[in-house]
Amino acid sequence: MSAHAITEPSSRQKWIAGILVIGYALITIMPMIWIVMTGFKSPADAISYPPKVVFEPTLEGYVNLFTTRTRQTDEFLAANPPETWYEEIVRQYDMVIAGPSRYGERFLNSVIIGFGSTFLSVFLGTLAAYAFSRFKVPLKDDLLFFILSTRMMPPIAVAIPIFLMFRTLGLSDTHLGMILLYTAVNISLAVWLLKGFIDEIPREYEEAALIDGYTRFQAFYKVVLPQAATGIASTAIFCLIFSWNEYAFAVLLTSGTAQTAPPFIPTIIGVGGQDWPAVAAGATLFLIPVVVFTVLLRKHLLRGITFGAVRK
Amino acid sequence: MAEVALRRVAKSFGKTVAVDDVSLSVADGAFVVLLGPTGAGKTTTLRLISGLERPDRGEILIDGRVVNNETPAQRNVAMVFQQYSLYPHLTVRDNLAFPLKSPILKTPPAEIARKVQEVAEVLHIAHKLDNRATALSGGEMQRVSIGRALVRDPDIYLMDEPLSSLDAKLRADLRIELKRIHADLGATLLYVTHDQIEAMTMATHVGVLDEGRLVQFGSPREIYEDPVSLYVASRLGLPRINALPSDLFGGAPPGARTIGLRPEHISQGEGKTCTVQRVEHLGDQTRLHLTLEGHDIVTLTDVHTDLEPGDAIAIQPRNPLFFDASGARIA
Repeated sequence: MSAHAITEPSSRQKWIAGILVIGYALITIMPMIWIVMTGFKSPADAISYPPKVVFEPTLEGYVNLFTTRTRQTDEFLAANPPETWYEEIVRQYDMVIAGPSRYGERFLNSVIIGFGSTFLSVFLGTLAAYAFSRFKVPLKDDLLFFILSTRMMPPIAVAIPIFLMFRTLGLSDTHLGMILLYTAVNISLAVWLLKGFIDEIPREYEEAALIDGYTRFQAFYKVVLPQAATGIASTAIFCLIFSWNEYAFAVLLTSGTAQTAPPFIPTIIGVGGQDWPAVAAGATLFLIPVVVFTVLLRKHLLRGITFGAVRK
Repeated sequence: MAEVALRRVAKSFGKTVAVDDVSLSVADGAFVVLLGPTGAGKTTTLRLISGLERPDRGEILIDGRVVNNETPAQRNVAMVFQQYSLYPHLTVRDNLAFPLKSPILKTPPAEIARKVQEVAEVLHIAHKLDNRATALSGGEMQRVSIGRALVRDPDIYLMDEPLSSLDAKLRADLRIELKRIHADLGATLLYVTHDQIEAMTMATHVGVLDEGRLVQFGSPREIYEDPVSLYVASRLGLPRINALPSDLFGGAPPGARTIGLRPEHISQGEGKTCTVQRVEHLGDQTRLHLTLEGHDIVTLTDVHTDLEPGDAIAIQPRNPLFFDASGARIA
């Protein structure tokens, strides 16, 4: 083992490793490819068996996702020729567009609640983690354990008390309520992850900043925060993935104003038959923000920023 | 620049006493070196003055005012850390400018640029100004770290073994540089080291710490020639002072337990005969390792000596120091 650990892997080993990695990547990405493809199929192609790999792409799914449609009489259709490309698509089924669907609002709700709770979790988590890392907090270990213990059961186990609390406090189906709920679930993860990262940052930097004429808080945001960027970025990604994808609480606690996309997407099926392409289109668009967010923060995930300037 | 004083300052960490009843005065323009082994309280003393630690007892005065309750920023001190502590996310230029941009100083940009350039040139890092702080060699990092203190005009510069991690050549260069800065700026410095050459060459005053206590304070020459205890005597001098039983040569004053002989305080040719164990030719000096009645003695001899291991040589003390059983100097 020790003899092999420091030698460069042979080219055969590299090939095997490469094939395994690519194979694993293909298996994991397959459902996503399936979803993206289905979004561009016609309803008939979407459910055909055996599944079609080659098909004629159409934007029908996307049009159906963003619109509500009604059937009209032949006279009406003849009197009102389609004016736009999306009206033409709908006209194939003798339908006309009655108005926009609710997907846009639900998507916006997801953005507000997902990013809002992520920001709040990371903000509070960073402050708490810094305090736990640097100051003498009474009962520090007990508090940290208490914070962690909120993750020792699945959050949905407390669904009923939370449902009742939300009803009493008037938080049901509000953006604020969902942001607070997701923040409460994420904060323990944020505190623990960030404490680990901040523990790694030597205190000397802050001490140098204190002597250089800065207050404790200025030293925190000018010196500690930039170096905790890696930890903050990865924590933010974890928090966003949870709150973005959360389904159970969203079904239970939201119905209209604050409903997020996850509980909404399946309901598309009910509108005018089993519209799988529209569902797939909704799911595809729903993936994009998390992917973009992760790619944007990717460079902060690389380690190495803090290495080297303090001699250990 | 200003006078800095400690009045009966004490600091403990849990049960460990780091600084014990230390009174010390650093005069305006003085270059004071604190000497002592690891754990003697040198670094804690610096941290107490800088405000990074608060004393349990006693007063710290800067320029006549008690600063016990002031934050490090309010105290107007500059500190060079042993571990450099450069801000890794900033360039060298921004590291040097950082103290000047502080809310306390709020230096105008033109002034910052001028001072940074000036200090960078003094420390020979002007060509590295746009490098990341992490993309420097150890010596360059330490010069940036000294530079970060020099851009300011503090009441006192505190330096915690700033040269300990550098190679011998760079250390010698920076020693001269620091001494020059002290002379040119008229700066007040409190400097911690366990390197006696740094202490002897740079200091106007040396303080020797032993387990948190300041055991002697004086000029480097005083500390070397007139130590109050065997402990202080063994802090300075290379090779170290030879500590031998006081009755080895006779002539010891009553109460003496130990005779301290610096290598140059041993004359050869007369006295007690001892055996040469080893001859070390260092180029500029030659050391003789001798044994006398089972005691090891190190002394210096003629650079081109013909002595060899096994030879016999007679020695006797010249200007010896005598210490009692507790290590205190008695003659």
